[in-house]
Amino acid sequence: MAEPVRSCVVALEINGEQVELEVPARRLLVHFIRDDLGLTGTHIGCDTGNCGACTIHLDGEPVKSCMALAVQADGGTITTVEGLSADGELTPLQQAFNAHHALQCGYCTPGMLMSASALLARNPRPTEDEVRYALQGNICRCTGYVNIVEAVVAAGGGA
Amino acid sequence: MTTVTDQPTTTLKKGFVGQSIPRKEDRRLVQGKGTFFDDVRRHGMGYVHFVRSPYGHARIVSIDVSKALELEGVYGTITGDEVAIHTDPFFEMSVEPGGLIKDYALAVGRARHMGEPVAAVCAATRELARDAAELIEVEYDPLPVLVDAEEALKNEVVLHDDAGSNVVWSGVFDWGDVDTALAEADHVVKIDRLHFHRFSSTPLECAGALVEYDKGTGEWTLTCNHQMPGVGAIWMAPALRVGIDKLRFVTHDIGGGFGNKICLHPQYVVLCLMARKLGRPVQWTEWRTDQHTANAHGNERTFLDVEVGVRSDGEMTGFKVRALDDCGAFPRYEPLGCIIWAQVTPGMYSWRNIRVDFTQVCTNKSPVSPNRGYSRMQHLWLTERIVDIVASELGLDPVEVRKRNYVKTEQMPYETPNGCVYDSGDYAAALDIALDLIDHGSVEERRKEAAARGKLLGFGIGSTLDSGTNNFGQSTLLNPELQFSGNNEAASVKLDIFGEVVVTLGTVPQGQGHETTAAQVVADILGCSPDQVNVRRGHDTWFNSHAGFSGTYASQFAFTGLGAVKGAAELVREDMVQLAAAVLQAPVEAIELADGFARIKDGPPEAALPFMALGAIVNANNAFLPPEFNPTLNHRYVCRPYFGMVDTEKKTGQLTLTYATQIHAAIVEVDPETGEVDVVDYAAVDDCGVRINPQIVEGQVHGATAHAIGAALSEEFVYDEEGTLLTANFYDYHVPHAMDMPPLKTGAMESPSPVAPLGAKGMGEGGGGGIHCICAAIQDALRAAGGAIVYDSCNPPHRVWSMLQDVEKTRANVRVEAK
Repeated sequence: MAEPVRSCVVALEINGEQVELEVPARRLLVHFIRDDLGLTGTHIGCDTGNCGACTIHLDGEPVKSCMALAVQADGGTITTVEGLSADGELTPLQQAFNAHHALQCGYCTPGMLMSASALLARNPRPTEDEVRYALQGNICRCTGYVNIVEAVVAAGGGA
Repeated sequence: MTTVTDQPTTTLKKGFVGQSIPRKEDRRLVQGKGTFFDDVRRHGMGYVHFVRSPYGHARIVSIDVSKALELEGVYGTITGDEVAIHTDPFFEMSVEPGGLIKDYALAVGRARHMGEPVAAVCAATRELARDAAELIEVEYDPLPVLVDAEEALKNEVVLHDDAGSNVVWSGVFDWGDVDTALAEADHVVKIDRLHFHRFSSTPLECAGALVEYDKGTGEWTLTCNHQMPGVGAIWMAPALRVGIDKLRFVTHDIGGGFGNKICLHPQYVVLCLMARKLGRPVQWTEWRTDQHTANAHGNERTFLDVEVGVRSDGEMTGFKVRALDDCGAFPRYEPLGCIIWAQVTPGMYSWRNIRVDFTQVCTNKSPVSPNRGYSRMQHLWLTERIVDIVASELGLDPVEVRKRNYVKTEQMPYETPNGCVYDSGDYAAALDIALDLIDHGSVEERRKEAAARGKLLGFGIGSTLDSGTNNFGQSTLLNPELQFSGNNEAASVKLDIFGEVVVTLGTVPQGQGHETTAAQVVADILGCSPDQVNVRRGHDTWFNSHAGFSGTYASQFAFTGLGAVKGAAELVREDMVQLAAAVLQAPVEAIELADGFARIKDGPPEAALPFMALGAIVNANNAFLPPEFNPTLNHRYVCRPYFGMVDTEKKTGQLTLTYATQIHAAIVEVDPETGEVDVVDYAAVDDCGVRINPQIVEGQVHGATAHAIGAALSEEFVYDEEGTLLTANFYDYHVPHAMDMPPLKTGAMESPSPVAPLGAKGMGEGGGGGIHCICAAIQDALRAAGGAIVYDSCNPPHRVWSMLQDVEKTRANVRVEAK
């Protein structure tokens, strides 16, 4: 029987930069992003794919990066929370999170921002119900979601 | 959001205190530029994984680590036997028998709960550490398992042979004259059994630390997320047989704590041993499943044989109860929960006669740790259940009966039967705001409308107190030999060479916005903008800005944390004024600090020194200052609240200093077909005295409410009879998601605390108001379907459905004896 492949080369674009790295074949995408690339804004809050703290954009779609292997992202384009705003200027969504007190400990925030920005990309003026539906895969233990939902609605220009 | 404020903010109208300024912390956090402990790397560091017991109770026959050590990339292991040689058991706070329990950093000889760490392995990568853990062979001999506190009392199975009993602590608290009160009452309402369930706030960031050992100095540095390092060090240093000065705790950003990051000392001691043994930095990040099975649950409590005296006019004269608390396999922070509840002995009510026969036992479940609302929440649930069961059985209105029994605003400050002082508040007025917010007048109409849709609608109130600024002297009511009393917190403020205002805190924030609120307080005192105030992130023992009780817990930052900040800022201000007076050759009374300048009031524009000039003079250009004049512009201040001593005979004293008020009101709809509960309207009114930052206060109210709603409707740590946890991750332990949360209406009042430095009371824990009001609302809804009594604090659909199927079973729990 052939030896299993133990390591793979992963080449992808992340936040506008090309990276190419040999990693263990079983490395989770989230550990690749955090440990191998040092992009620690993406967080881990569970081991079952429930919490959404690890949400990134892979080829434009929100993906829970703890539910994918690094090798599955080979050839893809990734955006993490660090790639949301250029040159330290906050996006309207990030500004709304600050203005509406939509974060407390800030641990779920990167995942929330990635899910919310994916929503705003496909639905620029979401209603409160649409925001709640889009964020149901992201757990926050601090805010009760009230101000998060308010911030996303406001970022879309809604009241 | 609706914010109702029936009194104007009482603080400085022109200042930053009292304003909802956006948080300073947010800028880094929304860009993914926060630093959490797991983000920190060191050259050559190893990753630690714990081998955990799959059994609820088992003798450890043998542990063989040899195969793990053969794996390339494995750095080393530690087992319970090594821990028993190199460390001492952790200090226990209880008298006997609980005080005889031996609690080590790893299981020694016996595992007492599922998930208890029995060995640790360190390897080059996270994956390898897990692989190596799989190769460690542990032979277990399973033992009979205890998962029920009442069973534990029988001592047929004993968890800790050294103690010889499962009882940790037991004692009777007897204030007033409850026997006479019951004898003279017109009715006595008896409730056989109520159960407050086991859950926890499950912070999204799990526990962990990066630990480095300096072999030259013998010091450990823990880059970690411990939320109470002062007390953590008190446990760890003696166990490691070193002085407390050998432990340096560093925190950066912390992803939520809620009390669940107070009892991390066992794992941290293993990491310290591993770092020293291997001579390399070691890192451990807890897995979610491990947090659920073996980090920290909230206290589970069963209330037995409740008897309540009620007069015919609805006034309650007092109650007695047997409380049985289940602290899991080891006491750790316990038995403090056996006294902390007494901060709110009569709840919000003017009851003078109360007897609580309190016993705490060990079972084969996860150890507990303080969890948001710690111990008071369980007791307040009891007082609220008492009120609603009495109201339901005697046909009283739950609003009127509360108003009749509440402590009145004109009685404030009010001394409870056990010597605690409720500092300020107007409970009836707060209730009125809550009723207004949910349109209480329309409840009957909405009930009919829901009934037409086949739904049972119910309305409920939860009245709670969030007691803050703990007196550690209350521990001596449990064990008079303990050498703890009072409380303290420290902060430093300095003006640096280029005019930078730098604040260091002893507190360990996990999302409470301390950087912002501390900056607001300092800005008002020094006459600058909060943007000019750099409040250092997190905690560092080397800041030297901490005290023995440093941490963020027990709703006290507004008192002790900001009290320390205020004290230090005022000392710096005094230096600045004197220095400016000397330089500008004006009397000190003529100097004002404003807009980032020290200047002569109403003086010419040139009679003004920027902060930079003051900082430069003292720090770098001071030769012209006379020898007797030595302003430092750098001050540390310790806020030490005054409590007086507790009376260990009468079990009385000021156990805490401030009492924030929360009144929650909910309207629920129960589906009689499924038992599903839908919260359709919800209001939370908070009165924490002066609000330093109203937006942050409201955020805490939202969060505490979400925790309570989750606990009331779904979150429960359920064990099977073999001691296996059935809800060990976010699949089975359902916390509220965005779709689950009802719209929340909030209201606020401000009854300034007469004892707190800024009139601001600690807040944020919330007292479990949502649990109380949802239980009350479900019971109200079930009235139309036979009148079941809500006897458990957690009511997922299957439990509500069972109550609907067997109403009499729940009602058999309750009797009314008329005199």
